[in-house]
Amino acid sequence: MKAFQLIFSGDPTVFEITLRTLYVSGAATVISALWGIPTAVFLGLKDFRGRFFLKSLFKALIGIPTVTLGLFFYLILSKSGPLGFLRILYSPTAIIIGEAVLITPIVVSFSANALEAVSPEIIDLAKTLGASEDQAFFAVFKEALNGILLATVASFNRAFAELGVAQMIGGNIFGFTSVLTTTIANETAKGNIPLSIALSIILLTIVFGINLIVDILPKRGTDWRSGNGEPDILAGRSEKHNEIFQRDNGAR
Amino acid sequence: MNTWTKIILVAFITTILVISGTIIYYRYFLKRSLIISTTTSLYDTGLLEMLEKEFEAAHQVDIRIISAGTGIAIQHAEKGDADVILVHSPSMEKTFLEEGVGVCRKIIAYNFFVIVGPASDPAKINGTDAITALKRIVDYGRNQTDRIWISRGDNSGTHSKEQSLWKTAGYNYATLSKESWYASAGSGMGATLVMTEQFSAYTLADTGTYLAYYKAGTISLKPLISQGKDLLNVYSVIAVVPSLPANKTIHEEINFRDTIDFIKYLVSDDGQQIIENYGKAQYGESLFYGAVKLLAQDSTSGIAQWIREYAFFNGTECPPEYRYNQNDLYG
Repeated sequence: MKAFQLIFSGDPTVFEITLRTLYVSGAATVISALWGIPTAVFLGLKDFRGRFFLKSLFKALIGIPTVTLGLFFYLILSKSGPLGFLRILYSPTAIIIGEAVLITPIVVSFSANALEAVSPEIIDLAKTLGASEDQAFFAVFKEALNGILLATVASFNRAFAELGVAQMIGGNIFGFTSVLTTTIANETAKGNIPLSIALSIILLTIVFGINLIVDILPKRGTDWRSGNGEPDILAGRSEKHNEIFQRDNGAR
Repeated sequence: MNTWTKIILVAFITTILVISGTIIYYRYFLKRSLIISTTTSLYDTGLLEMLEKEFEAAHQVDIRIISAGTGIAIQHAEKGDADVILVHSPSMEKTFLEEGVGVCRKIIAYNFFVIVGPASDPAKINGTDAITALKRIVDYGRNQTDRIWISRGDNSGTHSKEQSLWKTAGYNYATLSKESWYASAGSGMGATLVMTEQFSAYTLADTGTYLAYYKAGTISLKPLISQGKDLLNVYSVIAVVPSLPANKTIHEEINFRDTIDFIKYLVSDDGQQIIENYGKAQYGESLFYGAVKLLAQDSTSGIAQWIREYAFFNGTECPPEYRYNQNDLYG
């Protein structure tokens, strides 16, 4: 079949589009994680007024239709829009920003949930063991790491596989802003079905592949870190704590 | 400094770095760009890509093509998001010139729309002309419960042509389009053709997209009416004005110089030849015909006269007040 030929012959077009898609959605994921995870820590661990409202807001925003966000960014980034002076409409940068915003609610909500799920006792325990407020937070963070990783992967998948934002603010300019999904839509419109099938197979393979890796990694990780099934915090932290304890003693 | 403040600061700085790095890379390390917003048929047939390659080989400019309907292309231009547009709807083009946003219009090519339908042709339109065909489709459709006509319904050039055909045939489009046999697809040409195939219905299509789909075996619809003045399809290129008093800051960045080079290339012998020959090898016939020579010869031959009647404004392809001092384009 021609679709498989296109994949395995290392067609430069297919390769280039795949690479650009990975870069764009990867950058979007990194950015959203950078601002999303601290927000999640804030939402998941701190108690403040309006926390419930903010959490519901982020949860609701998970379902935002990509075309709506695409339209919103188009109007803002258009030369006649408020951020038009940046001149980034129809560029990979625009897609990165749009997708980063699109997936931030996923990172925030899922990570906040993972952090909340960690037993509050662990904070207390860590504090009892002499950890400072910050150290205690990091302990919880480490416990929730699998959940946070899952949130990041889920958000990457959403960015990688979404069409609306990439189409509306990227414009599917061939060789510049065309990504897998926009190319599939456009090539299908052109009647070029084999290329569409080839790109769809790549899209699915990458999405499944990443999920598979994530499924395997944490299990191995847990085995390797604490074979006895004890939460990390108890194994890892106590050793470190001993060091600190001894050092502090010595200082005294 | 608190650990969290540090983390947030690092996050903030990294975000700025990634974004500004990407902006700087694409803005300063790449060639000057020329943004073309085009009607789908020129892009989806592959013609524009070929013209792009040839033009880029001779000019230091990076052409970026955004493929959308004529309606959206014009909106892009009005917002200052495109430097030049390629469209096929004389009525919309006229408004665009009169608004003062479009200048230097040149007619570059023409072909014919086709009315396609199932081989069984239940409405018996084969061999008639476009207007009779539409009337027969309406008469047939009103006695049917199924969808008989699929419209683009997306404000594209093809859609605007369809509306004007209904008007010529004596129907009120607004009420007609609400009848039960009429379906508005709201999609591009390809998707509309596939839908038409599934419904065994009729539709108005541009030759290029129709042939591409037909040859690929995606559809089996037959071209039932494919010639005649009523089905004439004229493609023009229009530059976006580089200085618009009302919207100065936006429009002064328009890449006008490269736009004029691009228009000159399209109407040159080289450009016209590429247009004429495109698709011959693949489809056995030309998808587009060059309009420049035909109009320059001042012949009163059928088609030249049709183009003048259909796509000229005040007896010219671009009235002098919209030429923006580029008189050498108009011989």
